[in-house]
Amino acid sequence: MQPIIQITNVNKVYTSGFKALDTINLAIKPAEIFALLGPNGAGKTTLISTICGIIDATSGQITVDGKDIVSDFRHTRGLIGLVPQELATDAFETVWTTVSFSRGLFGKKPNPAFIEKTLKSLSLWDKKDNKLIELSGGMKRRVMIAKALSHQPTILFLDEPTAGVDVELRKDMWQLVRQLRDDGVTIILTTHYIEEAEEIADRIGVIKNGQLILVEDKVALMNQLGKKQLILDLKEPLTEIPSSMADFNLQIKNDGLQLIYSYDTTNEHTGISVLLQHLSASSIAFKDIKTDQSSLEDIFVSLVRETT
Amino acid sequence: MNRYAVAAIYKFEMARTKRTIFQSIISPVISTSMYFIVFGSAIGSRITEIGGVSYGAFIVPGLIMLSLLTQSISNASFGIYLPKFTGTIYELLSAPVSSFEVLLGYVGAAATKSILLALIILATAHFFVPLEIAHPFWVLLFLVMTAITFSLFGFIIGIWADNFEQLQVIPLIIITPLVFLGGTFYSVSMLPPFWQTVTQFNPVFYLISGFRWSFYEVADVSLITSLCVMSGFLAVCLLAVAWIFKSGYQIKQ
Repeated sequence: MQPIIQITNVNKVYTSGFKALDTINLAIKPAEIFALLGPNGAGKTTLISTICGIIDATSGQITVDGKDIVSDFRHTRGLIGLVPQELATDAFETVWTTVSFSRGLFGKKPNPAFIEKTLKSLSLWDKKDNKLIELSGGMKRRVMIAKALSHQPTILFLDEPTAGVDVELRKDMWQLVRQLRDDGVTIILTTHYIEEAEEIADRIGVIKNGQLILVEDKVALMNQLGKKQLILDLKEPLTEIPSSMADFNLQIKNDGLQLIYSYDTTNEHTGISVLLQHLSASSIAFKDIKTDQSSLEDIFVSLVRETT
Repeated sequence: MNRYAVAAIYKFEMARTKRTIFQSIISPVISTSMYFIVFGSAIGSRITEIGGVSYGAFIVPGLIMLSLLTQSISNASFGIYLPKFTGTIYELLSAPVSSFEVLLGYVGAAATKSILLALIILATAHFFVPLEIAHPFWVLLFLVMTAITFSLFGFIIGIWADNFEQLQVIPLIIITPLVFLGGTFYSVSMLPPFWQTVTQFNPVFYLISGFRWSFYEVADVSLITSLCVMSGFLAVCLLAVAWIFKSGYQIKQ
């Protein structure tokens, strides 16, 4: 399948000499949700801004729908909607005016019915005549999304879309993002909330110091890098691990009342049944048993630390 | 041509005038009326005719030019500076719209607003002085060309400015003195020889002279000279804007 966005050897060096993007290569598939993770200043917004034409790349090439973003900017930009990180709005304009303006700016003829549908889908219809200055932060965020969707883009960039919004709105937005993906829209989002990427992304990219250090399918990533732990709550405290179980990756915690076994989910044999047999043979009784898997956040933190 | 984008920018800017009607229209009309009262009626009654034109009528073209220049600059500079200030310029930069179309939207709206204002002031002048227009076509041509040229100049200022103070500094420190010293209230022939020579270096002097000729066939310099100076300034502004868009100066990183 031809990628909807192809980024090849893209570099961005600011006039100050700061290298914000370092030889980025990335292909985004149509109708996927791609989450770009990275610490502050890693280059997430610079990458998005470069694809959208807000920032010029120093070198390299970006194509959208097979067309170069510089020489074919009318075609490529017409396909893209952008929700920036900052709540940049015309404070004294009404919701209706500002969303209609965005549609016109992107070369689409006026379509009040579509604007109405968009505003209703974002629960903004009853605010259509309100000035933006009168809206809450969460409502302004919805307006930014409505503006980005006003010209019916096939690619949507969401730069920190749920920063500073409440849990309810965040879940509404996740639902909207899934709905858009189901409608065939490609979504690229940056986020600081790892749970957001874990919840909705199909693929994950991790960027650090302007370099894309990892691009992987989310499930595969969690399977590859995810460690699983078997946690046993013991009846009696254990002072040391019996020598017969020295080969197991065991840790004693909680004043000897917890025995933790770390294992790899990708191995053919996890070793759990053998461990349980050893425990029984050593007369170590337990009252509860549970498992825990590392989250995407653990994986992200460990990846970023590794490359430091 | 992305005509919907041009129309969107144009309508958006024109709508801003409607919201700020006092600042955009009423305030300049009141200010200009004050000039008519103070200079035209109070002082003008003590000054004889200039070139066969009553003093009150003589200052009308200059006062219209004063409003046209300052409002063209103000409208265009504010129009493009505001998206920079609020951050909404991201939308303009990421839209499928060419530099020319952006310019057409912003400068077109700024020029339209200042021409409308000039026409309102012209109508207002009728209440204070008897007016005659010898060459309506040339009046219109001067209005349109001056509005476009100085809207372009304002656009450049709006791009250059990093804060609201810089936005005001050029109109206040340079443009207003040039208009006042460009023969708005007097004929340059009334000045001592030294100041007559100095005035020759003031581009606004040529605009006012040409514009006044369109009304009364009275001018300090020939119509052709006025047109050449105005065309030259228009060309300089166009080149500057072309460079700004090509280099991304103060717009793109």
